[in-house]
Amino acid sequence: MKDTVIKAEKLSKRFGDFIAANELSFEVYPGEIFGFLGANGAGKTTAMRMLCGLSIPSSGQATVAGFDVYRQTDEIKRNIGYMSQKFSLYEDLTVLENIRFYAGIYGLSNKEIREKSDELVTRLGLESESEKLVSALPLGWRQKLSFSVAIIHQPKIVFLDEPTGGVDPVTRRQFWDLIYAASDQGITVFVTTHYMDEAEYCNRISIMVDGRIDALDTPANLKQQFAARSMDEVFYQLARKAKRQAD
Amino acid sequence: MNTIKFLLQKEFRQIFRNSTLLRSILLAPLIQLLVLPWAANYEVKNISFAVVDHDHSPYSQKLISKVSSSGYFKLVGYLNSYNEAYALIEQDKADVILEIPPHFERNLVRENQQKVFIAANAINGTKALMGSSYLNGIIAGFNNDVRAEWLLQSRYNAAPYIEVAPSNWFNPLMSYKVFMVPGILVLLVTMVGSMMCALNIVKEKEIGTIEQINVTPIRKVHFILGKLIPFWILGVIVFTLGMGIAWLVYGIVPQGSIFLLYGFLALYLLAVLGLGLLISTYSSTQQQAMSLSFFFIMIFNLMSGLFTPIESMPGWAQVIARLNPITYFIDVMRLVVLKGSGLHDIRYHMLIIFGFAVLLNTWAVLNYRKTS
Repeated sequence: MKDTVIKAEKLSKRFGDFIAANELSFEVYPGEIFGFLGANGAGKTTAMRMLCGLSIPSSGQATVAGFDVYRQTDEIKRNIGYMSQKFSLYEDLTVLENIRFYAGIYGLSNKEIREKSDELVTRLGLESESEKLVSALPLGWRQKLSFSVAIIHQPKIVFLDEPTGGVDPVTRRQFWDLIYAASDQGITVFVTTHYMDEAEYCNRISIMVDGRIDALDTPANLKQQFAARSMDEVFYQLARKAKRQAD
Repeated sequence: MNTIKFLLQKEFRQIFRNSTLLRSILLAPLIQLLVLPWAANYEVKNISFAVVDHDHSPYSQKLISKVSSSGYFKLVGYLNSYNEAYALIEQDKADVILEIPPHFERNLVRENQQKVFIAANAINGTKALMGSSYLNGIIAGFNNDVRAEWLLQSRYNAAPYIEVAPSNWFNPLMSYKVFMVPGILVLLVTMVGSMMCALNIVKEKEIGTIEQINVTPIRKVHFILGKLIPFWILGVIVFTLGMGIAWLVYGIVPQGSIFLLYGFLALYLLAVLGLGLLISTYSSTQQQAMSLSFFFIMIFNLMSGLFTPIESMPGWAQVIARLNPITYFIDVMRLVVLKGSGLHDIRYHMLIIFGFAVLLNTWAVLNYRKTS
């Protein structure tokens, strides 16, 4: 049996009558880049929030990094990184201050914080910007910085919620280079996206429609299964069945 | 403990980097403290009065000049009929009418008594009340003058007469500033504590950074402490600056122990920060937090006994005033600053504020969720 870092079984979340996530079952393996696709309102963010310990599931089981999503949310939080579509950096703090703050609250020692922030600033090529406020950085750089900060404590898994919204394809490609680098270090990447070119970069993808997972496989297998030439087509075939209004 | 260090460092950096915020926290209260006490004054001056003199006698002249030279009244009309004077009130030119009947002097001399008529424009209730009571006082003084004049003439007929000599304890000059400044200072500290703290937390919700904090191992209590401590410190700074102004500008020096005041302040800030925290847990935008804090602060300000004595409120309003933390701090400020009361005198205030602090903070912490 293969090792799993995330294991969900019939994981559901209801808000009143509305079933945001309906009996989701899947496994994510170590070091994998797992794409989580779906139209707006399909329930991606809800599912991700449950796995991050931000939202308590209504029913079902799930473990993240070996910890239970009901009872061990504190342990989960120590072992994951998270980057949301909203900005997670403080715009009124400088690049370095943001890095040090997050490194600090994850319990890195002062020495580690110094080393990590130097290394990070160099890797991102932000040497001349490190004393600037984050609000002065272009969107693409902010996203790269957010991602780097999200994995500063070497988590087992990093969750990315539509991390590349609003930037050009070149910047997106650069962002994905960072994701590959993290994956090479053994960090499992769980990423939601709308962009089908990004879906192709993932090892495996799942497609959510109306709160359910309708498809889960490698991009190549999915294309074959749906007799489609591109992921775009696969996605349209599935998303067309959706009854739920996008939010 | 390290987590708190990082949180505090971040919080202070953000506060000190935001110069608009810093100004509104530190400078605005001081300006208010410099300006408001001069305006929040019950002493009524420049009351416009019209005279209807039907007598035209030396005595009526004497009465009129006594009123107009009192410093409180401004003669705006000297008229022949009440209707003309009433027209002045209708045009809002006069606040009070003093009508002296015909044969005022003759009746006063012959019959030893006479009536005058006072009519006040009660649209501005305070002015009407104060105006007619000042006028009463002046007429009573006039009465004494007349009596003294006559008693001199006929020494034998000494009428029994009680003179009241009031002495105002703890505020000998009855200065409204002495009365208002400590109270206004309390309002300012309350605003900084509750509103600024609430806005700060809700701002993180609005921007989305709170999501990021929520997925970190930061514990709820650490996050809350990271928010409370900076505003607690700012509250103490604002209070200290305010006490400085009270001393330098208004010459108010606490009669009681300054340590006692700070001790109470420390507790009080916990209570108002708890209120701010509670407001923040119920709001998801800064706009909501602002309207909620405004609602509470308006009610708390007006029902705190700062402007009107609590004892004269109707029963239900007194209940609200007793549920208002500001009431207790204003009371303590006046007791300690003006009267020099000690710990023993304010022990119940302390206990009640401690209760508020525990209640509000517990409620807020229970209502603050990292998960949904």
